[in-house]
Amino acid sequence: MLVYYLDLAVRSLKRNRVLTTLMVLALALGIGASITTLTVLRLLSGDPLPQKSARLFYPQLDPSPKDSAITSKGRLPATMGYVDAMNLLHAHRATRQAVMALTRAKIMPPQAHAHPFFSDGVMTTADFFSMFDAGFQYGSGWTAADDESGAQVVVIAGFLNDKLFDGADSVGRMVRLNDHDFRVVGVLKPWAPQPRFYTLGLGGDHYGDGDAVFLPLKAARALKMGPQDTECYQAVDDFSHLESAPCQWLGLWVELDDASAVAAYRRFLDGYVREQVALGRFQRTDTSLLDLMGWLRDQHVVPDDVRLQVYLAFGFLLICVVNTVGLLLAKCLRRSQEIGVRRALGATRREIFVQFMVEASIVGLAGGVLGLAFAELGLFGIRHQPAQYAHLAHLDLAMFALTFLVALVASLVAGLLPAWRACLLAPAPQLKAM
Amino acid sequence: MSLQIKPILAALRRHKAGTLLIALQIALTLAIVCNALFIIHDRLAHIGEASGVDEASVFVIHNQWGGDQSEQEIDAQVRADMAALRQLPSVRDAAPASGYPLQGGGWDNFITMTPDQVKPTTDSAVYGGDEHLIDSLGLQLVAGRNFRPDEVATMGDQQMVIPPVVIVTRALADRLFPDGSALGKSFYAMGATPSTIIGIVQTMHRQGTSTWDRPYAGQALIWPLRRADTRGLYYVVRAKPGELAEAMREAPRALYAQTRMRIIAGKDGIQDYARIRQRAYDRDRGMAILMGVICTVLLAITAAGIVGLTSFWVGQRRKQIGVRRALGARQRDILGYFLTENLLITGGGVLLGLVLAVGMNLWLIVRFASQPMPIAYLGVGVLLLVLLGQGAVLAPALKASRVPPVEATRSV
Repeated sequence: MLVYYLDLAVRSLKRNRVLTTLMVLALALGIGASITTLTVLRLLSGDPLPQKSARLFYPQLDPSPKDSAITSKGRLPATMGYVDAMNLLHAHRATRQAVMALTRAKIMPPQAHAHPFFSDGVMTTADFFSMFDAGFQYGSGWTAADDESGAQVVVIAGFLNDKLFDGADSVGRMVRLNDHDFRVVGVLKPWAPQPRFYTLGLGGDHYGDGDAVFLPLKAARALKMGPQDTECYQAVDDFSHLESAPCQWLGLWVELDDASAVAAYRRFLDGYVREQVALGRFQRTDTSLLDLMGWLRDQHVVPDDVRLQVYLAFGFLLICVVNTVGLLLAKCLRRSQEIGVRRALGATRREIFVQFMVEASIVGLAGGVLGLAFAELGLFGIRHQPAQYAHLAHLDLAMFALTFLVALVASLVAGLLPAWRACLLAPAPQLKAM
Repeated sequence: MSLQIKPILAALRRHKAGTLLIALQIALTLAIVCNALFIIHDRLAHIGEASGVDEASVFVIHNQWGGDQSEQEIDAQVRADMAALRQLPSVRDAAPASGYPLQGGGWDNFITMTPDQVKPTTDSAVYGGDEHLIDSLGLQLVAGRNFRPDEVATMGDQQMVIPPVVIVTRALADRLFPDGSALGKSFYAMGATPSTIIGIVQTMHRQGTSTWDRPYAGQALIWPLRRADTRGLYYVVRAKPGELAEAMREAPRALYAQTRMRIIAGKDGIQDYARIRQRAYDRDRGMAILMGVICTVLLAITAAGIVGLTSFWVGQRRKQIGVRRALGARQRDILGYFLTENLLITGGGVLLGLVLAVGMNLWLIVRFASQPMPIAYLGVGVLLLVLLGQGAVLAPALKASRVPPVEATRSV
């Protein structure tokens, strides 16, 4: 029976080629636009560490004076000052914890006549790699003892290892950073979580390549390497002693294994802040402990324009569906007599309904295939945009499947009303009119 | 014409679903098109903002230091670099700068009128440069004077120096001293000591173009500071008229002749203002183009939908049309019938669309901090859709008007 319906549908669609093309094209444009924008949104709002994100938390507190206007509208500062970050780090109340700031590192390649170049770097502490699941190709991270002693050691990214040492095991070799020698202790496997969650609030790019070098905070600061972003709540005229300045420039991440650990850490954080208030260092008691995905939302990592585009694309799709409903309806009413004949020859209402739904879903599938082509075209366009995330825009299997789902649902919704109207037609008047 | 409305309404009642669908499509299209047009206008206005810079002749070099030099050595090198650049035959002037307009984000400070004021009066972009910066950017000094060479201080990369004198934009001067008395007055920019306004430039865009910068548009100040930053700084170079390409070729050569211990990145190391402007507004341009494409395609689809549906109706009513013609209706009457019918449907759709458009705008204001849409956009949208509807219905209506009266006698 289905084969017969398919045959009927194809005949009917062929009979009015212009109209069929119009329906398919409109549906395809709507689907193409929706899938393109949705792919970008999904890419931008994705989970950077799916296996770990529920256990990673970002503590925040507010050391600024009560009447300060800098931290407005109840938002806590994104970063911490050195003293608080170190106090919380050394309390070891979480399974793992690390503080971090972004920096720019000048790298002198070992090859003769090579030019120095600047790369993105992270100044951090020992737990960074195990906490963020950054795997090692060679060697390992540094130890807490290295953090304390200010050892000049470095972990480099795989791509930097390729550039400096042609991809060889470089553990134990020296890299010249900001005109000082650092000993390589580890080389990372490719590691670039998207979005770059740990750079939020620290003044880095939110998407794109991973960082090239990872340095112990103390060693880097001893060489006066500065953070990319510094927020001060009082006037400062000498930035070389950031550790004691009234400035926030460090992010702290903690790993907490279960709900009770989270609750315990929350209590600890609140207790710490109250203690600081009692000591007269703080005036505000607000704290926050967002998990990774919560922190991404809090920092509005997805640009508003991208969300707006998704809403618009779906509005567009809605109009295309309404358009298709109208055209299908007109078509089906025009075929009243044909329906009357079929009903008179014994077709049930159900069969008429199914016949028209089959026709609608053929339009939908054709729209889906063409829409897929439009989506690929749209993503191709986005890849050639200058945005940080441009090169990540690709259609994956899930979106591929979703395209057809959207196409089918859209066409079936569009087909519902016409098919319903068609199956309700009484056969007798139609036959009489012939 | 007015006599025809009753029979048209009666006929439309027999096509409820189709009528409602077209009206709904017109309403949704109107809502999206109005808001999209508003977004396009908003973004284009943003893109067109004046930078105050002589964009045809100015380019910027991002100079990073390759060696391990002290701040004194760097300051001496910056002076030597400036002397070398200013001597080039194609160069009119050059200046070291901490940043440049449309850079895409940079240094800004809160401004207060007294040192102990808690809530800042406003915010200003901060540029540091020497006495050549105003001429190098091509800014227009409209009041007061430029910096004297002896006022220019050196600032190391870990230091914060608040100079006693400052040049501000007219926008900042008017914001701080609305009575126009800014010259000679002073203010505080996150420092313990005040800066006195010695000069006012007409226009100088902020470094940033983001929504954060918008409430402070055009508010910028220049401090006489030459940064001896061990990482690097910007050189703003203004070529002589028509010699931009020549100057952009000569400048890096002259700098490398000074010392090779510097890094000028190949891709973004040297940018002219055409490129700086393009990069600064890429996102806005992309959004405007996207909105334009969506509007066009939407209008096309809606028009096609009207053509399609009306054609069907014409086909369906051939016999009735024939009867009307046989009873004495002229071709004009038939044409008028379909045009009026479309006008009624479009009118209904447009009314609903206006409500939707305003609702959508309100939602954009709440959700995306957009601006309220001026009524004019609704007017333009309505006009566009009415014309579109009449244009789309014209072909099927003409076809209908050519149905011969003899059709009345034929069975279908």
